[in-house]
Amino acid sequence: MTAINEWIDGQVKANDVVLFMKGTPAFPQCGFSGQVVQILDYLGVTYSGVNVLESDDLRQGIKDFSNWPTIPQLYVKGEFVGGADIIREMFQAGELQAHMTEKGVANAAVD
Amino acid sequence: MPMNASQIEKLIKDALPDATVTIRDLAGDGDHYAAEVVAEAFRGKSRVQQHQMVYEALKGNMGGALHALALQTNAPE
Repeated sequence: MTAINEWIDGQVKANDVVLFMKGTPAFPQCGFSGQVVQILDYLGVTYSGVNVLESDDLRQGIKDFSNWPTIPQLYVKGEFVGGADIIREMFQAGELQAHMTEKGVANAAVD
Repeated sequence: MPMNASQIEKLIKDALPDATVTIRDLAGDGDHYAAEVVAEAFRGKSRVQQHQMVYEALKGNMGGALHALALQTNAPE
Protein backbone atom coordinates (compact mmCIF):
# COMPACT_ATOMS: atom_id res chain seq x y z
CA MET A 1 0.00 0.00 0.00
CA THR A 2 1.32 3.44 -0.91
CA ALA A 3 1.34 6.24 1.66
CA ILE A 4 -1.61 8.03 0.08
CA ASN A 5 -3.57 4.80 -0.11
CA GLU A 6 -2.97 4.24 3.59
CA TRP A 7 -4.02 7.79 4.39
CA ILE A 8 -7.30 7.43 2.44
CA ASP A 9 -7.95 4.06 4.05
CA GLY A 10 -7.47 5.69 7.46
CA GLN A 11 -9.89 8.51 6.62
CA VAL A 12 -12.73 6.26 5.46
CA LYS A 13 -12.31 4.03 8.52
CA ALA A 14 -12.05 6.85 11.05
CA ASN A 15 -15.15 8.71 9.82
CA ASP A 16 -18.63 7.23 9.30
CA VAL A 17 -19.30 9.38 6.23
CA VAL A 18 -16.54 10.86 4.08
CA LEU A 19 -16.96 12.91 0.92
CA PHE A 20 -13.92 13.32 -1.31
CA MET A 21 -14.72 16.45 -3.30
CA LYS A 22 -13.42 19.44 -5.19
CA GLY A 23 -13.48 22.33 -2.74
CA THR A 24 -14.98 22.22 0.73
CA PRO A 25 -18.54 21.65 1.98
CA ALA A 26 -18.81 25.41 2.62
CA PHE A 27 -17.33 26.27 -0.77
CA PRO A 28 -17.61 23.52 -3.38
CA GLN A 29 -15.56 24.19 -6.50
CA CYS A 30 -17.39 21.89 -8.89
CA GLY A 31 -21.10 21.50 -9.60
CA PHE A 32 -21.07 17.74 -9.07
CA SER A 33 -19.38 18.03 -5.68
CA GLY A 34 -21.84 20.80 -4.79
CA GLN A 35 -24.82 18.57 -5.58
CA VAL A 36 -23.67 15.85 -3.21
CA VAL A 37 -22.99 18.43 -0.47
CA GLN A 38 -26.56 19.70 -0.87
CA ILE A 39 -27.98 16.20 -0.60
CA LEU A 40 -25.95 15.36 2.51
CA ASP A 41 -26.89 18.68 4.13
CA TYR A 42 -30.54 18.12 3.27
CA LEU A 43 -30.38 14.70 4.93
CA GLY A 44 -28.76 16.23 7.99
CA VAL A 45 -25.87 13.77 7.85
CA THR A 46 -22.64 14.60 9.67
CA TYR A 47 -19.75 14.04 7.30
CA SER A 48 -16.12 14.80 6.77
CA GLY A 49 -15.27 16.64 3.54
CA VAL A 50 -11.84 16.08 1.99
CA ASN A 51 -10.71 18.58 -0.64
CA VAL A 52 -8.80 16.69 -3.34
CA LEU A 53 -7.66 19.95 -4.93
CA GLU A 54 -5.22 20.37 -2.06
CA SER A 55 -2.95 17.61 -3.32
CA ASP A 56 -2.27 16.04 -6.71
CA ASP A 57 -1.31 12.82 -4.93
CA LEU A 58 -4.68 12.70 -3.26
CA ARG A 59 -6.56 13.68 -6.41
CA GLN A 60 -5.05 10.72 -8.29
CA GLY A 61 -4.86 8.47 -5.20
CA ILE A 62 -8.59 8.51 -4.55
CA LYS A 63 -9.27 7.43 -8.14
CA ASP A 64 -6.90 4.49 -7.76
CA PHE A 65 -8.27 3.62 -4.32
CA SER A 66 -11.80 2.99 -5.59
CA ASN A 67 -11.05 2.26 -9.26
CA TRP A 68 -13.41 5.16 -9.98
CA PRO A 69 -12.34 7.91 -12.40
CA THR A 70 -14.32 10.88 -11.14
CA ILE A 71 -14.83 13.10 -8.11
CA PRO A 72 -16.90 13.45 -5.89
CA GLN A 73 -16.81 10.06 -4.16
CA LEU A 74 -18.91 9.21 -1.12
CA TYR A 75 -17.88 6.63 1.47
CA VAL A 76 -20.13 5.32 4.25
CA LYS A 77 -18.61 3.16 7.00
CA GLY A 78 -15.50 2.55 4.92
CA GLU A 79 -17.41 1.48 1.83
CA PHE A 80 -17.56 3.34 -1.50
CA VAL A 81 -21.21 4.15 -2.25
CA GLY A 82 -20.95 6.12 -5.47
CA GLY A 83 -20.22 9.28 -7.39
CA ALA A 84 -22.56 12.19 -8.13
CA ASP A 85 -24.91 10.32 -10.50
CA ILE A 86 -25.40 7.34 -8.21
CA ILE A 87 -25.85 9.49 -5.10
CA ARG A 88 -28.46 11.63 -6.85
CA GLU A 89 -30.29 8.56 -8.17
CA MET A 90 -30.24 6.90 -4.74
CA PHE A 91 -31.41 10.10 -3.03
CA GLN A 92 -34.33 10.55 -5.43
CA ALA A 93 -35.39 6.94 -4.91
CA GLY A 94 -35.12 7.25 -1.11
CA GLU A 95 -32.35 4.64 -1.15
CA LEU A 96 -29.63 6.90 0.22
CA GLN A 97 -31.62 7.63 3.36
CA ALA A 98 -32.30 3.89 3.74
CA HIS A 99 -28.61 3.11 3.22
CA MET A 100 -27.56 5.60 5.94
CA THR A 101 -30.14 4.23 8.36
CA GLU A 102 -29.13 0.64 7.62
CA LYS A 103 -25.47 1.53 8.31
CA GLY A 104 -26.40 3.24 11.56
CA VAL A 105 -25.68 6.79 10.37
CA ALA A 106 -27.99 9.42 11.87
CA ASN A 107 -30.02 11.30 9.26
CA ALA A 108 -33.25 13.27 8.96
CA ALA A 109 -35.21 10.15 8.01
CA VAL A 110 -34.40 8.60 11.40
CA ASP A 111 -35.32 11.60 13.57
CA MET B 1 -9.80 17.61 -26.90
CA PRO B 2 -13.52 16.95 -26.35
CA MET B 3 -15.08 13.73 -27.60
CA ASN B 4 -18.16 13.59 -29.78
CA ALA B 5 -21.23 11.51 -28.97
CA SER B 6 -20.58 8.86 -31.61
CA GLN B 7 -17.05 8.20 -30.26
CA ILE B 8 -18.50 7.68 -26.79
CA GLU B 9 -21.20 5.38 -28.11
CA LYS B 10 -18.67 3.35 -30.11
CA LEU B 11 -16.37 2.81 -27.13
CA ILE B 12 -19.29 1.63 -24.99
CA LYS B 13 -20.61 -0.68 -27.71
CA ASP B 14 -17.17 -2.15 -28.38
CA ALA B 15 -17.06 -3.32 -24.76
CA LEU B 16 -20.78 -4.07 -24.31
CA PRO B 17 -22.01 -5.18 -27.76
CA ASP B 18 -25.63 -5.81 -26.70
CA ALA B 19 -25.98 -2.39 -25.07
CA THR B 20 -28.59 0.18 -26.02
CA VAL B 21 -26.86 3.55 -25.70
CA THR B 22 -28.63 6.90 -25.70
CA ILE B 23 -26.42 9.97 -25.54
CA ARG B 24 -27.49 13.58 -25.11
CA ASP B 25 -25.19 16.57 -25.47
CA LEU B 26 -26.39 18.56 -22.47
CA ALA B 27 -24.83 21.94 -23.14
CA GLY B 28 -24.21 21.70 -26.90
CA ASP B 29 -20.50 22.21 -26.23
CA GLY B 30 -19.29 18.67 -26.94
CA ASP B 31 -18.08 18.39 -23.36
CA HIS B 32 -21.12 17.72 -21.16
CA TYR B 33 -23.02 14.56 -21.96
CA ALA B 34 -25.65 12.36 -20.42
CA ALA B 35 -25.66 8.69 -21.35
CA GLU B 36 -28.23 6.05 -20.66
CA VAL B 37 -26.89 2.55 -21.12
CA VAL B 38 -29.09 -0.52 -21.00
CA ALA B 39 -27.31 -3.87 -21.19
CA GLU B 40 -27.98 -7.44 -20.19
CA ALA B 41 -24.44 -7.56 -18.77
CA PHE B 42 -25.58 -5.24 -15.95
CA ARG B 43 -28.07 -7.71 -14.53
CA GLY B 44 -27.28 -8.65 -10.94
CA LYS B 45 -24.55 -6.00 -10.67
CA SER B 46 -24.57 -3.06 -8.25
CA ARG B 47 -24.80 0.48 -9.62
CA VAL B 48 -21.14 1.02 -8.76
CA GLN B 49 -20.16 -2.10 -10.71
CA GLN B 50 -22.36 -1.10 -13.68
CA HIS B 51 -20.81 2.36 -13.87
CA GLN B 52 -17.32 0.87 -13.50
CA MET B 53 -18.02 -1.33 -16.55
CA VAL B 54 -18.92 1.75 -18.59
CA TYR B 55 -15.89 3.69 -17.32
CA GLU B 56 -13.70 0.75 -18.26
CA ALA B 57 -15.21 0.78 -21.76
CA LEU B 58 -14.27 4.46 -22.04
CA LYS B 59 -10.64 3.45 -21.47
CA GLY B 60 -9.38 6.24 -19.28
CA ASN B 61 -11.12 9.02 -21.21
CA MET B 62 -13.47 9.59 -18.30
CA GLY B 63 -12.10 12.25 -16.02
CA GLY B 64 -9.72 13.21 -18.81
CA ALA B 65 -10.94 14.05 -22.33
CA LEU B 66 -14.46 13.51 -21.06
CA HIS B 67 -15.14 15.85 -18.17
CA ALA B 68 -18.85 15.39 -17.69
CA LEU B 69 -20.81 12.27 -18.50
CA ALA B 70 -23.91 11.85 -16.39
CA LEU B 71 -24.48 8.11 -16.38
CA GLN B 72 -27.61 6.08 -15.92
CA THR B 73 -27.33 2.32 -16.26
CA ASN B 74 -29.91 -0.44 -16.20
CA ALA B 75 -30.44 -4.04 -17.19
CA PRO B 76 -33.26 -4.50 -19.75
CA GLU B 77 -36.76 -4.75 -18.23
